[in-house]
Amino acid sequence: MATLRAFCLSIAVLAALPALAGEEKFRLKEAPGADKVRANCVACHSLDYIALNSPFLDHKGWEATVAKMGKAFGAPVRPEDAGPIADYLAKHYGKR
Amino acid sequence: MTTRRRFLEMGAGGLAIPAVSSLSLPAWAGKVWQPDELPEGAVAQGLLEALPGKVPLIKRSYRPPNFETPVDYLRDVITPNNAFFVRYHLSGVPTVDAKTWRLKVGGDAAGSALELDFDSLRRDFVAQEIVAVCQCSGNRRGMFSPHVQGVEWGVGAMGNARWKGARLRDILARAGVKKEAIEVAFNGADTAPLPATPDFVKSIPVDIAMGENTLVAWEMNGKPLPHWNGFPARLVVPGWTGTYWVKHLTDVEVRSKPLGGFWMNPAYRVPAGKFPAADPFRTQATAANTPITDIVVNSLVTSLRDGQRFHAGQVIDVAGIAWDGGRGIRRVDVSVDSGRSWQAAELGRDLGRFSFRAFSLKFKADRKGPAVVMVKATNNRGDTQVPELIFNPAGYHHNVIPRIMIEVA
Repeated sequence: MATLRAFCLSIAVLAALPALAGEEKFRLKEAPGADKVRANCVACHSLDYIALNSPFLDHKGWEATVAKMGKAFGAPVRPEDAGPIADYLAKHYGKR
Repeated sequence: MTTRRRFLEMGAGGLAIPAVSSLSLPAWAGKVWQPDELPEGAVAQGLLEALPGKVPLIKRSYRPPNFETPVDYLRDVITPNNAFFVRYHLSGVPTVDAKTWRLKVGGDAAGSALELDFDSLRRDFVAQEIVAVCQCSGNRRGMFSPHVQGVEWGVGAMGNARWKGARLRDILARAGVKKEAIEVAFNGADTAPLPATPDFVKSIPVDIAMGENTLVAWEMNGKPLPHWNGFPARLVVPGWTGTYWVKHLTDVEVRSKPLGGFWMNPAYRVPAGKFPAADPFRTQATAANTPITDIVVNSLVTSLRDGQRFHAGQVIDVAGIAWDGGRGIRRVDVSVDSGRSWQAAELGRDLGRFSFRAFSLKFKADRKGPAVVMVKATNNRGDTQVPELIFNPAGYHHNVIPRIMIEVA
């Protein structure tokens, strides 16, 4: 299962990089979709990247970003997860 | 576009940046100035945090680590190692042991393959020193209007240091460079957590690789390279943006064909024709775009903050640093009347054409009311900072003339 794989990877990555502690201080806004964001994004980068790039992307912008993570960086985002992830990001970290 | 400035109050704490690890301090201890133009989320996330061995820097992202130098450390023309900005693309930051480190040189356009250890790198080549600015291509990206995606840097994704190392061309000469060589490519020990993520590999034109200033450096300001800045050895490409300064360097490849891959294309590209004065990178250019190459002429005012108040009669020092991609700074002009008149600032010591150059212009605040201070650097080719942003989708080359509002009361 892709999300489980990503989760396991994230644990492995975090365990391998103790010097980069601190990211646990960043908390995603709790809302439907947050779990999918965590499961799919945290293997490669801390989640503060999302807040860093906010709030200026519209829904299309976040859709394109999620697509880029898969296409350019090889993130194993399942097609059925991409929509809910973009919805969550646009709603909570999107252009107002 | 204006560069209105402000202090960002981030809680209790003095102006001084604490020079201790943030591990024992709340991240919001102290306060740090960030440009007004940054996205709200970037300002909120721009906490002062210390990586091991570094003073607290402005955290842009934890992992991969992207940390920006506060303006307070950019008042001196040499940036301290422990305050030098940190930029990684991939979260697998390697811890490299200099004893087991090897530099492999090869490629289809190399005469032979070669392997150097750390001792031979330092012993077998004539060491060179050069003072040069390392500036992230995306420095000031966060000040773009409209905003573009990426690490939303303020003004401090740059630093200036005295680098010591071997000339790359001397190392390449030992391996041999065939006449069909067009590019030299570089890989470092950093890795991505997912195998599917493109490794961070970069190339430069062979003439830049063979230039007298391009180094494989092992020292920065007289000390070993900090871990976060590429220990034990990194590429130094004076004049060109930081993307080419590969850290934790492990592989050098002399190529007869252009390097492909995400980090050469589509990443780190500027639209064709938008920056006509830039150094060419002919083997990589397409009809639509070309790799970013050298640093555009720029300046940073470090002595004034937007909204700062002065008394009538007070002497105000408009001071800071100016730099470019290696032509050298010819002059820095300052206006204190919204650009109606300009005066040449005094320039500081010349540490070479790739270095920051200090400037200062003192004037007496004799008229009460608001005033707009502007600064414009010019290099030895006559390039100047631009009045309006030259927009490009990746957020590079922001060198807009600032408009700093001050108040004389």
